[in-house]
Parts: sequence; C-alpha cells; structure tokens
Amino acid sequence: MKPLVPVSTGARIVLGAGFFVVFVAFWGAATWSGWVPPLFLASPERTLLAGWSLLTEFGFAGDIAITVFRVVGGFLIAAAAGVPLGLMMGAFKPVEAFFEPFISFARYLPASAFIPLLILWAGVGEAQKLSVIFIGSFFQVVIMVALIAGATRMDLVEAAYTLGARSRGILRRVIIPAAAPQVMETLRLVLGWAWTYVIVAELIGATSGIGHMIMDSQRLLDTGQMIFGIVVIGVIGLVTDFLFKALNRRLFPWAVL
Amino acid sequence: MSRKRLAITGVTRSFAGHRGAAPMLALRPIDLMVEPGEFVAILGPSGCGKSTLLRIVAGLDQPTGGTVTLDGVPVTAPGPDRGMVFQSYTLFPWLTVAQNIRFGLAERGVPEAEQQAIAARFIARTGLTGFENHWPRQLSGGMQQRCALARALANDPEILLLDEPFGALDHQTRELMQELLLEIWDADRKTVLFVTHDIDEAIFLANRVVVMSARPGRIKAEVPVSLPYPRDWTMKTTPAFATLKARLMGEIREEVRKAAMA
Ligand SMILES: Nc1ncnc2c1ncn2[C@@H]1O[C@H](COP(=O)(O)OP(=O)(O)OP(=O)(O)O)[C@@H](O)[C@H]1O
Ligand SMILES: [Mg+2]
Repeated sequence: MKPLVPVSTGARIVLGAGFFVVFVAFWGAATWSGWVPPLFLASPERTLLAGWSLLTEFGFAGDIAITVFRVVGGFLIAAAAGVPLGLMMGAFKPVEAFFEPFISFARYLPASAFIPLLILWAGVGEAQKLSVIFIGSFFQVVIMVALIAGATRMDLVEAAYTLGARSRGILRRVIIPAAAPQVMETLRLVLGWAWTYVIVAELIGATSGIGHMIMDSQRLLDTGQMIFGIVVIGVIGLVTDFLFKALNRRLFPWAVL
Repeated sequence: MSRKRLAITGVTRSFAGHRGAAPMLALRPIDLMVEPGEFVAILGPSGCGKSTLLRIVAGLDQPTGGTVTLDGVPVTAPGPDRGMVFQSYTLFPWLTVAQNIRFGLAERGVPEAEQQAIAARFIARTGLTGFENHWPRQLSGGMQQRCALARALANDPEILLLDEPFGALDHQTRELMQELLLEIWDADRKTVLFVTHDIDEAIFLANRVVVMSARPGRIKAEVPVSLPYPRDWTMKTTPAFATLKARLMGEIREEVRKAAMA
C-alpha cells in the first residue's frame, strides 16, 4: 500500500462489501455460540425473520414511509430556508453580523431537548416531528452555507467585477455557482443527521414510524425487531447518500468531486 | 482602437501596519500618462508594487493619495471599460470556455446571438477553436490565460490591464503567447498596460517600457522602444534589441539587488 494511491472500482466494492461480511460474521459468532443470550442480542437470521414478519404482518412498510416522509419533509424545509439565508450571510457581511451570533448560539441547542416543548406547542402530530428535524438541521445548514459562500475565491469575484458585474451579478453568477457543490455536500451530511433527530422524535410521543416500532419492540423484548429497525435506517441512509453523490456528479461535472 | 487617455497622477498606496506596526508604503507617487493605443510595459522587481498599481487602475484597490483618470473621468470602481487578465488563473471553473468568454457580455445584457458571434470571433483569434465546450480544468495553463485574454477582449474594453499573464508559463509557450498577443493588439490597437519582470518580454511587446524601483515603487526610468511593428521572434536577435536590453538590465539590476536585500 502506498499513501494516497487510488483504488480501482472493483477492488473498492469487494473491500467495502468485505467488511459487512466480517461484521455479520462476528455478530453471528457472538450469538450462535450462546456467548450473548438472545434476550440481549438476536442472531442475524432471527433479525431477518423478525423483519420479515414486521413487513408482512405488522405493516412496517407504512412506518418506514412515514419516517422517510418526516425526514425528507423536515430536511427540505430546513434547506429551503437555510440555504438562501446562509448564502446572504456569506455574501453580505452586515447580514452575517446580524444573524451569526444568534445562529451560532442556536445551533448548540439540542433539538431533542425541544421535544417536550414542541409536544406542548404542536401536539404529537406531524408538525411536531417536522419541527424537531427543522430545529436540528436549519441552524447547521445556515452556518455551514455561510462559511462556504464567505470563502468564495476573491480573485474570481474581482475578475467578475472587471468584466462589469455588480453586486447582483457577483452573487448570482459567482458566489452561488462557486458554492453550489459544497453546499450540496453539506446538505448530504445534514440529511444524515436529520435521521438521528427523527428517531429521537419518534421514540417519544409517536404512534407510527421506525422509532415508534423500536420503542414498541423494547416493551416486548424483541431484540430482533429492534435491530431490524436500526438496520433499515442504515440501509436507507446508505442509499440516499449514494443517490446524493450521483446527483452531485451530474450537477457539477466541472468540479472534481 | 482605443480613444481614451489614461492619466495616473501622484498615486501612492500604503498598507496599514499589522498590529500597530508603522504603515507599509508600497507605492511612492507615480505619474504616468498613457496615450490611446499605446502598449506600455511596466517592468520591476518582485514586490515593487506593480500589481498594486494595476489594481488601482482597474478600480479594485483605492490609492492612498493621487488620482487615476480615464479621459478626465476619475476611476473609482472596477468596470468593463478596463479589462484585466490576472497573474493567477481566474477562469470561472463552472463555465465552459465559451461561457467564460461570454460572461461580461451576458452581464451587460447583450443579445444571445451577438454573444455567440463575439465569443466565436475571440475563440478563433486566441486559437481556442475546438475547446469551446471544455471546462477550465481541462485546459493547459497557456490555454487558460488565452481564454482569460479572450474573456477580457470580448467586452471591448478601452484599456487592457495585463498582470504578468504569462508569468506561470514555460519559456517556449510564453514566447508563442507574446506573438499571439501582439497580433491581437496590432489588429485593433487597444491601450495596453502590461506588467512583467521579464526584460525581453517588455521590449518585445511594448512601445514604451516603464521601469519601477524596488519597494516602495516609483518610476525610475521610461525607455521608448522604437522597434517597428509587426514584430516577430527574429527581432529578439537584432542589435537594436540587444542595446535596449543592455540599458534596461542596467536600470533593473540595481533594483533587483535592493529588493533581494530588503
Ligand atoms: N492587501 C495588502 N496588504 C498588505 N500589503 C500588501 C497588500 N497587497 C500588496 N501588499 C504589499 O505591497 C507590496 C507590493 O505588492 P505587489 O503585489 O503590488 O508587488 P508586485 O510588484 O506585483 O510583485 P510580484 O512581481 O511578485 O507580483 C508588497 O510588499 C506586498 O507585500
Ligand atoms: Mg504582482
């Protein structure tokens, strides 16, 4: 192995899949040998069976759909509001001076700590779930987008000025396109975090969703179902991450991502 | 053909000192008149304030004292009448070659068809035919600077400000670029302010060479170059060229030594 030398696509897939195999093997070894009792950890095949029954008998697909809806909904609202504000803050320093201190403060407020308050304000419906995700994502998006936009290459801005651009043109035709690929990367990361908020929101005061199912299973001490729920979240995360990356490559062929 | 006269009068620039240190003087009073259609080379050692002076003319930086006027009108902000090619690569990475060249035209609301025609003309003139749809990262350094030149020219500026545009290129490429630039200049005789620290380049291109002193920069000498245009590379071997070169070397050696010791 030499530092920083890239690996071929084939080798990457084999290596990446390899660790999943190793992981499941250890999991299997720990449970089949009886080293960890099924009360604490279900074996891989019992987890799959539990998942099968969840999907076929208990309408788990509906739970998955509602959770995906909450994550994507809350995330989209946060992005739609956060990206423009972040861009304006990055581009215009007075706007940044106005919002930045408050947003830096707000971003350390843990979204989960708002859940009891939000239940009080919004009940236990969808508005409350979306709010949790919004609070968890919005401030992060704003701060990171402001940072990206503020770091636009000054020489490109100056070149645009000498070509006759004014403030509006600088923002629309330099700052935004220059920031776009990194903004999308930021959104990809924040979407990942949104998944952790939604589950927390569903653990408390929910009647549907993956988090609610995990909570229910705990009451029945069904570790198979709990693990299956967690694995489903991981798989969805993996798929969205992959789609996001593919989208970025299509949108920004000029950048070396 | 340019028509406006550039006047730099008593321009000075000092930069605020870091953490209470005394301000740093980068330019001592500079006086320079540039007639329409002139090709003036500004020659000076590294750090003498050449880029600073060019940036002030471009309107990207404000002088501490003095004024810059274009046909009597003071320069206060950057504008499309002063096109610039920078020392570093500044093509917009998200635009293709053709889109880069059209940037200024689009900004001024020139109709689409006209934009295309103008871009096509400058793509041909700068030898970028076949690369219209390439991204900047797919171009060599020489091609990127040619594209930057085309981008500045497409705006039809009064003055071209060129800040060591070929500084990062290898010697052979640079010589080709110089010939290309002269060809373009000869076609419509725009006023050019060309910064360089390469003596051969200054003589070969310009009809006047302005020598700057080591920091804080001031104009130390002005040397007219009366070699006839059109010029080609054979000119660099003529006795007249050698005489000018010897004179400029004399002027600049001392300054380079001062700059190196500073
Ligand atoms: N924004 C700035 N703040 C502080 N000092 C600066 C700034 N810009 C330039 N200087 C200083 O002014 C002096 C002149 O800089 P300038 O870039 O104009 O030199 P130059 O002649 O273009 O050099 P080179 O040939 O290396 O490009 C340098 O000493 C530089 O450190
Ligand atoms: Mg310079």
